Amino acid sequence: MKDEKKYLGVAVPRPRVGFFELSSCEGCQLQLLNNEASLLDFLGLVEIVNFREGMKEAADDYQIAFVEGSVTRADEEERLHKIRRNADLVVALGSCACFGGVNQLKNRFQDQEWVKKEVYGNHPIASQEARPLSAFIKVDLEIYGCPIKKEEVERIVTNLVLGKAVNHPKYPICMECKAKENICLFELGEPCLGPITRAGCDAWCPSNRLGCWGCRGPAPEANIAELKRIVAKRKIPLERLLDRLECFGGFAGEAGKLRLALEAAK
Amino acid sequence: MIFKIIAARELALFFDILAVNKIVGPVKKGSAADGRALYDFDVVYDLAELSLDFDQTIHPAKKYFLPYLEETCSFAIRDKGWEKEVDYGAYRPVVLFGLHACDINALNKLDKVLLAEPYPNRFYAAKRASMFIVGHSCQPTPACFCHAMGTDSVLQGCDLFLTPMGDEYFVEIFSSRAYHILENLNLREPGSKDHKLFQEAVEARKNLFTAEVDTSDLTKILDMEFDSPVWDQWGEKCLSCGTCAQVCPTCYCYGVEEVVAMDMASAGKIRQLYSCNLLDFAEVAGGHNFRPESRGRLKYRYYHKHRGFVEAFEEALCVGCGRCGTNCLADINVPEVIASVRGGEVEDV
Repeated sequence: MKDEKKYLGVAVPRPRVGFFELSSCEGCQLQLLNNEASLLDFLGLVEIVNFREGMKEAADDYQIAFVEGSVTRADEEERLHKIRRNADLVVALGSCACFGGVNQLKNRFQDQEWVKKEVYGNHPIASQEARPLSAFIKVDLEIYGCPIKKEEVERIVTNLVLGKAVNHPKYPICMECKAKENICLFELGEPCLGPITRAGCDAWCPSNRLGCWGCRGPAPEANIAELKRIVAKRKIPLERLLDRLECFGGFAGEAGKLRLALEAAK
Repeated sequence: MIFKIIAARELALFFDILAVNKIVGPVKKGSAADGRALYDFDVVYDLAELSLDFDQTIHPAKKYFLPYLEETCSFAIRDKGWEKEVDYGAYRPVVLFGLHACDINALNKLDKVLLAEPYPNRFYAAKRASMFIVGHSCQPTPACFCHAMGTDSVLQGCDLFLTPMGDEYFVEIFSSRAYHILENLNLREPGSKDHKLFQEAVEARKNLFTAEVDTSDLTKILDMEFDSPVWDQWGEKCLSCGTCAQVCPTCYCYGVEEVVAMDMASAGKIRQLYSCNLLDFAEVAGGHNFRPESRGRLKYRYYHKHRGFVEAFEEALCVGCGRCGTNCLADINVPEVIASVRGGEVEDV
């Protein structure tokens, strides 16, 4: 580690980091490159040695690996194990890496061969059920969101470099939504997963009049049973709640049970 | 107390005199799915923008005296040491135009905690000192229970209080500041007919309350019912989302986080309003949690407001504005919670 920066007279390490993607849209990595205003400060914090989306050079001597995407192929599984061996710290970057993300929607279908044929036709392609990184390797830190919130990543990386604890909020989005003084989407007759989804995005979607889809996964004390009652009381079809619970994989367990119950009721 | 009568058209002139400052008041923000008008406090530039006949705002005017997020100090980091800067924000006066009695009394309650020596909250004190408050009478909603909390009328804490009577307003003047501004305007002295109209308005309003909260011996009953099963039942419903505290005009709990800028040239301490209903609230170093269950957290929120605060100040830390109940998606509300504690059971909600 090069000691280039000092904070209060104490040398701050500038760790070598790599960014990697498995099955994903690469949008989380793009988020980091997007905001030019703070990009130079970010580069001052870490030395990027591997980032296919941002540079040509690629080295394997990184200390922190940020991995975007879910595992949907055997070769990705192998790549992930190699990244784990190379890195001291593996960070799951975004909903796909943390929960499987939008990719895991296909896991709902029992016949995966049918899914493959429906999407790719007769094109030969290797594809398996989408799984989060933690299904294969030890993940040291998860950064939630679809996409990740750049400001949050910058704050987390600053804390990592300084050796400060990284604490995600445990409370749900409502807390942030109220601080924005938004009108509650349930007041407008729309469903929202804000009451059960982990905060940290600053109520990004509800502040733009879009009910939360739960991309950050469940708050540690998500009261899904009560949210079901809330949705039912407002005569919002359970199917609309289920669409959201299924979307990013964070609520996969509860969503699966609910889907089975709904199918059985039909 | 000095009473005056001001014509509605003269009130526009009064607004214009105040308008050299930032004016904040009730504004219609939208409509609910069932057609109800939804109001909130916001900055206005014209008297016509105000909806003074609002029933209740979603949020109190809290962010103007207890911001959700506030930088309590910033540090410029030098090679050796740092320079600290603290900005109490005392130079930014705000006129709060159209506060109901509940919200004015909420400020009076907060004053008792946040202005108390030896450790007053300087940020709150600065904002309080540069605040001009115009109170306005209200029509109680089904969620309102200020009459049960003794906060349905204003005895102090505002500069003047308006009660509409036809195309005139009955004015109660509370401060010399208000008196001297009103001196420039065309006001008349109230006569016995005006006094009668005012008392009729008070009487008519009193009859509109429907929600009831029985506070007699409540501190003792809460003590007795500490282990009541009703706390489990309410706790099971609670989303632990903090909405009740965020919309409460008297909730003042907070957390502080130290944030270092990415270039490490500056840092700051950020205060964030918190809620005792949050799972993170009672978490301490090592991940230990004093109140890991929602029923316990919900219970202590009620105990702070209706027991602890009463024992300390002889009044509840609740003004009966009804916002916590109105905005709680799980329908947890003060009248029903208190009734269930007194009765020992939760009615179907």
